[in-house]
Amino acid sequence: MLAVRWAEMEALALHNVVALDGTFPVLAGASLEAPQGSLVAVLGGNGAGKTSLLRTLAGLTTIVEGSGQVLGFDLSTKASGLVGNVCLLGHGTGLYEELSPQANLKYLATIGRLNRSGVASALDRVGLTGRMATTPLQQLSAGQRRRAALASLILRSPALWLMDEPHASLDAGGRALVDALIAEAIWRGSTVVLTSHDPNEASAAADLVVELVGGATSGARSGGGGIHHVS
Amino acid sequence: MFRDAWAVFVKDLRIEAASRVGLWQVLPFAAIALLLFAFALGPSHRVLASGAAGVTWVGVVFATFLIVGRSQSIEAGAGIAESQRLAGVDPAGVFLGKAGAVAVQLLAVEGLLGVGARLLLDFHCARWWLVVVASLLATIGLSAAGTLYGALVGATRARETLLPMLVLPVLVPVLIAVVRLWQASGVAEGQGLAGWLSILGTFAVIYTAAGILFYGQVQEHS
Amino acid sequence: MKRHRLTITGWAAAVTLIATAILGILVTPQDVTQKEYSRFLYLHPPMAWVAYLAFGVAALSSVLYLWPRTRREAFDHLALASVEAGVLFTGLVLVTGSMWAEPVWGTYWVWDARLTATALMFVLFLGYLAFRRTGGTKQNIARRSAIVALVSFIDVPIVHFSVLWWNTLHQGPSVLTPGLSAQGVHGSMAWTMLLSFVAFTLLFCWMVGRRTALERLRASAGGSELQEAIAARRAEGTSVEVGA
Repeated sequence: MLAVRWAEMEALALHNVVALDGTFPVLAGASLEAPQGSLVAVLGGNGAGKTSLLRTLAGLTTIVEGSGQVLGFDLSTKASGLVGNVCLLGHGTGLYEELSPQANLKYLATIGRLNRSGVASALDRVGLTGRMATTPLQQLSAGQRRRAALASLILRSPALWLMDEPHASLDAGGRALVDALIAEAIWRGSTVVLTSHDPNEASAAADLVVELVGGATSGARSGGGGIHHVS
Repeated sequence: MFRDAWAVFVKDLRIEAASRVGLWQVLPFAAIALLLFAFALGPSHRVLASGAAGVTWVGVVFATFLIVGRSQSIEAGAGIAESQRLAGVDPAGVFLGKAGAVAVQLLAVEGLLGVGARLLLDFHCARWWLVVVASLLATIGLSAAGTLYGALVGATRARETLLPMLVLPVLVPVLIAVVRLWQASGVAEGQGLAGWLSILGTFAVIYTAAGILFYGQVQEHS
Repeated sequence: MKRHRLTITGWAAAVTLIATAILGILVTPQDVTQKEYSRFLYLHPPMAWVAYLAFGVAALSSVLYLWPRTRREAFDHLALASVEAGVLFTGLVLVTGSMWAEPVWGTYWVWDARLTATALMFVLFLGYLAFRRTGGTKQNIARRSAIVALVSFIDVPIVHFSVLWWNTLHQGPSVLTPGLSAQGVHGSMAWTMLLSFVAFTLLFCWMVGRRTALERLRASAGGSELQEAIAARRAEGTSVEVGA
């Protein structure tokens, strides 16, 4: 039933959304529409509201004006429905520094009601094997921590991936890995929204490019990716 | 709820085992507090023995702040609050798990201070079962109330100063009751035990229930 | 209309307070044992009543705020206003109580259950006010403050019982026996005391009414500020572009 609704509706639909952080309007009129299975790139300078847009799509901010639907759930009334269907990769890893990538993922599998067998393959996929998988996060390099965070996304493989500057602090191999993971997610029918301040990097593969200025969307155009159709 | 509680409980204790904050900071602090109180009370054996229970439990209450503060700071890492919420963890389970981990650490502190009170302050007890039951009930109450208030304060900036101010007055009944029971354990029989035990029990039940009920609302950021 | 009622309440409080003062100081006789200090009877008990009433109102409105079906911003304002009034009156209760206790009991303070519970209530709700000053969104502060008020309020009876037993098991009967309870309160004293209860309750209602009105005003001012903030936020981007 839910799947039918998603197919009929846009996976993401924001209309003139104003969202607050305290009393400050981090979003001051953001609009966005994207079908399921698309890759959306959000561009903007520092403080333009890119991260806030992702947090809003995850149902983590208070919307005071406008309306938004994500995966068929109304952000003002039914944001709790997004739980388990959305992952947000921010600047932090979202993982416990004192625990190893493996322990972190096992914990996430338990609380997310996921199969624990996915842990090993997710760590494998990002190249965290052997000793790296069992070393506490705080002793790993920035790039390895980033890979651990990516592994947590693979483990959960949600319907909506929200990635805040996913290419930052990664080497060439890491960036290629991010691109490959995004392509896989899209291929499986997930929707991906990523932010970037580099127009060239983001818009090449994106189906839709949205520009944010001063917390408001100033324009949307189709990117080079073209819409992927999901059978 | 209980599955999440167990997962959080194991996770918190694992982090504690890895970081050893409790071992290297909380336990020494509690031991120093015990010594300080002993110095303040003076070297008289009678005074020390009569104050032993009170000294021990004031030390435990102070240790509660440190342990609860640490327990909340685990969750303060970048992106952790969001990722927990989006993973769909049951807030009541988080509360029970975190309170459970705090309780285990508190029991360790109580054990150390209990031994210290026996060796250094001449604390005698004729009825061990009473000490054990009273301490367990008090521990449940302290960890439940501490975890609930810790989360309430956790999101605010003035965490270190606000937490003691809010929680200390709340914990007064636990302190009074458990100290009375420890003192009562020194003699072979005493009256009013049921009343004190029921205060500890009521406190534990009320604050555990409040935590289960409200923890989700505490954590919501919008 | 509502404003009208508030003004009337204010005047009624003023009139009854003045009447209480006149009756209490000039008309009523002094007590045999307590002499002039018995006049605290028209000040201390009604303030204690208002203090407990305030915290009761605060706890109740906090419950109503937390309950999703009855959630209104007004209940949050009411809880804040009540706690503020409650802290004020609890402070006055402790001060007047000590002023009375020193000459009559011979000490400023006894570790009696009622006194100790009142003192703890004072600290608990002072903590509530400190808590409210920490940052967050309006709804966030309101919700978490309501939880603080509620879980602090349920502690008061437990504190009361624990201190009651703590003291009676230790010192024998409470010190509260020498006083007016033996001979009772009669005639003009009883009427004056009743009037004082009415007066202080009216004063409390007026204070809370004024305070919630202020808070309501502040909330509605926030609404117009929002539009300005949104405009400023949008302009932020364009000025950057001009600069670049």
